[in-house]
Amino acid sequence: MNIVACFKRVPTTEAQVKVSAEGTGLATEGLQYMISFYDEIALEEAVRTREAQGGEVTVLTIGPSEASKEMRECLAKGADKGVLLTDPNWMSRDCRATARALAGEIGRLGADIVFVGRVATDRDNAAVGPMAATYLGWPCVTDVIGLELSEGRGTARRETEAGIETVTFPLPAVITCNKGLNEPRYAGLKGIMQAKKKPLEEQPCEEIANQAQVLSVELPPPRGEGRIVGTGVDAVPALIEALQNEAQVL
Amino acid sequence: MATIVVFVEHGNGSAKRASLECMGAAHATGAEVVAVVTGAGAADVAQTLGSSGAQRVVVLAGGEPYSADAAASGVAEIVRAEGATACLAAATADGKDLLPRVGAHLDSVVFTDCTGFAASGEGFELTRPWLAGKCIATLTSAAPVTCATTRLNVFAVVESGGSAAVTTMDAAAEPKAVVSAIEAKPSGKLDVMEAPVVVSGGRGLKEAGNFELIEKLAEAFGNAAVGASRAVVDAGWRPHSEQVGQTGKTVSPQLYIAVAISGAIQHLAGMKTSKVIVAINKDADAPIFKVADYGIVGDAFEILPALAEAVKAAKAGA
Repeated sequence: MNIVACFKRVPTTEAQVKVSAEGTGLATEGLQYMISFYDEIALEEAVRTREAQGGEVTVLTIGPSEASKEMRECLAKGADKGVLLTDPNWMSRDCRATARALAGEIGRLGADIVFVGRVATDRDNAAVGPMAATYLGWPCVTDVIGLELSEGRGTARRETEAGIETVTFPLPAVITCNKGLNEPRYAGLKGIMQAKKKPLEEQPCEEIANQAQVLSVELPPPRGEGRIVGTGVDAVPALIEALQNEAQVL
Repeated sequence: MATIVVFVEHGNGSAKRASLECMGAAHATGAEVVAVVTGAGAADVAQTLGSSGAQRVVVLAGGEPYSADAAASGVAEIVRAEGATACLAAATADGKDLLPRVGAHLDSVVFTDCTGFAASGEGFELTRPWLAGKCIATLTSAAPVTCATTRLNVFAVVESGGSAAVTTMDAAAEPKAVVSAIEAKPSGKLDVMEAPVVVSGGRGLKEAGNFELIEKLAEAFGNAAVGASRAVVDAGWRPHSEQVGQTGKTVSPQLYIAVAISGAIQHLAGMKTSKVIVAINKDADAPIFKVADYGIVGDAFEILPALAEAVKAAKAGA
């Protein structure tokens, strides 16, 4: 199988957020980066699929040249080769520009199945997976927590408010991965050493103008001061009073 | 006047509240609202949508069983036929799954989980959180159609609309991926995203069985869902569907009660836009008290039963 795993390079979870001087983006000075949480699950699923079905895993991202660091991490965890599409404006690239470029590369790679995280933890937009699939004319199943593949078809389970849905689909397809699909492995020393020799291609990403236009980025309004209403069981009446009369939510 | 197409989800004969809120967001801009419904029971639900702000309703044939790719083709067709300048859905699991596909058909960028949506000139201005709510972005779209999903519990439902003309449209495409089965949640169990009250438990509860205290408190409210921190989900005490936080769900209920949850940044990301936050924790220095409106310092095992009784009494007295 020709398997592709896509990831996004995102600021670390602990990152202190500062707005840029222009007020239309993030200040990037001092930011550290990581592979977005759900994309680790996608990479793991890609590697497990190769282990079960045979084939090759290509890991794909749009990012700065420095993303070769995250690429080598993916290669250390079992991907066979990497394609890094470089874009100096990668941090502000919108989901349509990203999905179109990824769809183009996925088509060129001739993939049978594509794994990507359900959402990237910087923009929380959850759009690239299903958008790219639609540009490719492929089915897509999102928020997948269980997956079986055989003979050019797949069965996936996904969580919705109503419960757990089972979705059946033909390949090729895009799968967006949710927590619970698998437990991502750690790279071992052997994997890290092997990663240095695996092919990593860097090419400029297709230039596509953003449609999303950021007017401003602001820190959220602070919540009002709260208060401790008391200690232990004795505080319960005071809490009920506050919820009923002050907050009016009871 | 602009036209906005809104995809409306429904179940058991009525539209989902989240979709009605989305219609409200569209209606509030002064635009003409065209609702789209599909699947079993769609024709009946279509009749109810005028009073919630739809001027017209299109029943999209098919959707039995539901296929997101087929629905997206249909919705995009309707957007084109209507000359709509925006297409919206609620930011539910299915809404967030559908809109990006519609966006791709229309070659238009998509904005997910918007907390603000307003008319602006010929187009629209949207606000949405970035970085798990660490900052708020205000944006516009240069796309032909502004495509967005609206966050739950933010927009008002239209209470006194009029009647809507209902038409039908044939399915626009053959389905590719199809829902073949649904394992429904036990009935009566409210989803953490949709409930007006969420009672959430953390690692401080010491063992899975103690979540019974959380469940009893939720029951006392009558309209509450049970939530969980990442730690208790990772420990296998609760299912991932209950997890609130950066790698779980983002919720915005009227009342969020955090019990024995320390308040790590990743958890706060999932609940800090709740209208009222209550924290119950043994540790007076727990970070959760910094975002809580009201806090009780003490032992959850003693406090929760008393609180459940008091809530029941308060509700009975009302």
